[in-house]
Amino acid sequence: MNIYVLLKKTFDTEEKITISNGIIEEDGAEFIINPYDEYAVEEAIKQRDEHGGDVTVVTIGDEDSEKQLRTALAMGADKAVLINTEDDLEEGDQYTTTAILEAFFADKAYDLILAGNVAIDEASGQVGPRLAERLDIACVTTITNMEIDGDIVKIDKDVEGDVEKVETSLPLLVTCQQGLNDPRYPSLPGIMKAKKKPLEELEIDDLDLDEDDVEPKTKTIEIFLPPEKEAGRMIEGEPAEQVKELVGLLKNEAKVL
Amino acid sequence: MNFELDKEQLMIKKMVSDFAQNVIRPRAVDIDRTAQFPVDIFEQIGELGLLGIPFPEEYGGAGSDTISYAIAVEEIGKVCGSTGLSYAAAVSLGASPIYYFGTEEQKKQYLTPLAEGKALGAFGLTEPNAGSDAGGTKTTAVVDGDDFIINGEKCYITNASFAETVIVTAVTGKDDRGKNIISAIIVPTDTDGVTITSNYDKMGVRGSDTAEIVLDHVRVPKENLLGDPEKGFKQFLHTLDGGRISIAALGVGIAQASLDRALEYAKERKQFGKAISSFQAIQFKLADMAMEVELARNMVYKAAWLKDQGKPFTKESAYAKLFATETAFRSANQAIQIHGGYGYMREYEVERFLRDAKLLEIGEGTSEIQRLVIARQLLD
Ligand SMILES: Cc1cc2nc3c(=O)[nH]c(=O)nc-3n(C[C@H](O)[C@H](O)[C@H](O)COP(=O)(O)OP(=O)(O)OC[C@H]3O[C@@H](n4cnc5c(N)ncnc54)[C@H](O)[C@@H]3O)c2cc1C
Ligand SMILES: Cc1cc2nc3c(=O)[nH]c(=O)nc-3n(C[C@H](O)[C@H](O)[C@H](O)COP(=O)(O)OP(=O)(O)OC[C@H]3O[C@@H](n4cnc5c(N)ncnc54)[C@H](O)[C@@H]3O)c2cc1C
Repeated sequence: MNIYVLLKKTFDTEEKITISNGIIEEDGAEFIINPYDEYAVEEAIKQRDEHGGDVTVVTIGDEDSEKQLRTALAMGADKAVLINTEDDLEEGDQYTTTAILEAFFADKAYDLILAGNVAIDEASGQVGPRLAERLDIACVTTITNMEIDGDIVKIDKDVEGDVEKVETSLPLLVTCQQGLNDPRYPSLPGIMKAKKKPLEELEIDDLDLDEDDVEPKTKTIEIFLPPEKEAGRMIEGEPAEQVKELVGLLKNEAKVL
Repeated sequence: MNFELDKEQLMIKKMVSDFAQNVIRPRAVDIDRTAQFPVDIFEQIGELGLLGIPFPEEYGGAGSDTISYAIAVEEIGKVCGSTGLSYAAAVSLGASPIYYFGTEEQKKQYLTPLAEGKALGAFGLTEPNAGSDAGGTKTTAVVDGDDFIINGEKCYITNASFAETVIVTAVTGKDDRGKNIISAIIVPTDTDGVTITSNYDKMGVRGSDTAEIVLDHVRVPKENLLGDPEKGFKQFLHTLDGGRISIAALGVGIAQASLDRALEYAKERKQFGKAISSFQAIQFKLADMAMEVELARNMVYKAAWLKDQGKPFTKESAYAKLFATETAFRSANQAIQIHGGYGYMREYEVERFLRDAKLLEIGEGTSEIQRLVIARQLLD
C-alpha cells in the first residue's frame, strides 16, 4: 500500500508566543510537528505494519522543516519529501498548499493519504478535504478509528463528541482526530536510522509550478493575540443580591444581555 | 568551534524529554517515597533504545555518541534522580566495560542484551573496606581448572538486584613487585553462591536499587575474565572516567530542574505585596544558579566531546563531575531556600533534589577523589 502523510511544523502553542510588526516572532519559538499530524504519522506506520507498503511524509515548508520530517522518519516512516518554498513564495494560504500538493500528487500512485484534522497554528482544517476534492478521491475528516480490509475501509468519525460509522473504499484521504492512537516516541535506533532514510527536497519549479499558479486567494489583514485574561471578580453578599449584581454587570459592563 | 547540537542530538533531547516529562515525572514523588525500583519504566527505557545509546548497532546499540548519552541522562535527571542514577549506572558501569574491554564473544553474549534493553547490568567495585581506595579490594578470584572461584563481598552496588550480570573486581594474583593484581570478571547473577540483598535505607536516590553482594565460592568460567588480566585496575579507572560524565550530566539535570522550579515559584510567590522574584536577594540566587548550570553543562559536553573524539578526557571528566555535582547540590539547596517553608515539603520536590544531589558528590569517586584525580593530572 502506498501511504502518504501530510505534515507541517507549527510553533508550540504551549509556549509563549510574541507578535511583532504583525507577524509571529519565530526566533526563539519552539517548533513541533503539528500534534494532529503526529496521529497521522502513527496511523500510517500502523497501517503499513499491518498491510505492508511504504509511508512517505510530505511537508511544504522551509529548510528547518527537515527536523520534523526526520522525527517522522525516526518514528518509522520510510521516506520524506520536503517541498521547500522558502525562496519562491512570500506568502501562502490553504489554496497555495492545496495547489502545490495537487501538483505533487499528480504523478504519484497513492492508496491512502493521511492528514491532521487541523493545524494548531492557523486551525483552518481545509487542506485535507480540499486536496481530496482536487484529487477526486473519497475523504473522511476527524477519524478516531480505521480498519482496512482489502479496498474496504471502516471508519469511526468524531462528530462533535458523537461517533459516526462510515464505510468507504481506497483510495482515500482521512484527517486524524485526537483519540485515534497514541503517537509513539521515536526510538533511539529509529533516530539514528532516520539519518540514512531518503529525504527528497523539491521546489515548486520541480512541480512545474510558478508563483502565479499558487498565489493565495485570501489576505491576512491582521494578526493579534487574544486580550490578556484579567483577574476574576468575586461577587459577594446574599444570593439574591449576588444575582442582581451579576445581571447588572452582564447588562451594563459586559453588554452581553 | 561550534556550540550547537546536531539534528540527531536535538531529536534525542526532545524524545527523552517528552518521555521523562510524560512517563517518569508523574511517578517521581512516589518512586522516592516508596523506594521502589520502577521496573516498568526501565522496560520502556529499554524499548526506546536508551540503554544502547553509545554502543554500535552490531551489539544491539543505537550507534550514537557520548554527548547524546549525556543529554539523555540530563533529561531523565531533571525529573527523577533515582531513575537517572540507575540509568547512568546501567550504561556506564554495567555495559560500557564490556564494550571497551570485552572479547567479541563477550560483547555478543553479554553486551547485546544490555544494549537492547532486555537486561540490566551492574558493576561491583566497592567493598566494605575498599571505597575510595579501590586498590584495597579484598575479593579474590582463584583459578581452579577452567574456572575462577570467587570469594568476597561488595557493597552499594547500583542495580544489582535487577541485573542479569555483575562485573566484579577481584584480586587474581600479585605482580613482580608484590602488589595485588586486580581483574574484572563477568558474573551472571544467577550463578550459585551469589547472594544479592538490598536493605539499605537511603537518604536519596531511594528508587534506585542499591545492593550488597556476597560471593561465596562462586564458580565462573575463565573466559568471563574481562579484558587484560593484568590491567583490571587501569580498566576500571577508564570505566570510571566515562561514568563520571554521566554522573555529571545527572547533576546538570538536577541543577536545571532546581533552577526551573525556583524561577517558576519566585515569579508566582508574593510577599510584601510583590513577587519575591522582584527582590534582589532572590534575583542574585537565580542568577548564580543559571550561570552555574550553564557552565556545568558546557563542561559535561566538552568532556563528552573529547571522549567521542578519542582524545584524553580524564581531567575534564573529573572537572565536569566535580563542578556539576556540587552545582546540583548548591542549586537544589537554593531552590529550597527560595521556596521557603514549602520547599521543605516533599510535595514541592525540591527537597528531594537536594537528597538526590548529595549522592552525586559521593558515588563514582567522591568530590575529594575528583580533586585528587585533577591534581594528579596537573602534577604528573
Ligand atoms: C547510592 C550509591 C550507589 C553506589 N553505586 C555503586 C556501584 O554501582 N558500584 C560500586 O562499585 N560502588 C557504588 N557505590 C559506592 C561508592 O562508589 C562509594 O561509596 C564511594 O566511592 C566512596 O567510598 P566509601 O563509601 O567507602 O567512602 P570512603 O572511601 O571511606 O570515604 C570517606 C571520606 O573520606 C574521603 N577520602 C577517602 N580517601 C581520601 C583521600 N585519599 N584523600 C582525601 N579524602 C579521602 C572521601 O572523599 C570521603 O569524604 C555506590 C554508593 C552509593 C551510596
Ligand atoms: C517544619 C516547619 C515548622 C514551622 N513552624 C512554624 C511555627 O511554629 N509557627 C509559625 O508561625 N510558622 C512556622 N513555620 C513557618 C516558617 O516560619 C515559614 O516557612 C518561614 O517564615 C518562611 O515563610 P514562607 O515559607 O512563607 O516563605 P516566603 O516568605 O514565601 O519566602 C520565600 C523566599 O523568599 C524570600 N523572601 C521573602 N521576602 C523577602 C524579601 N523582602 N527580600 C528578600 N527575600 C525575601 C525568603 O527568604 C525565602 O527565600 C514552620 C515552617 C516549617 C517548614
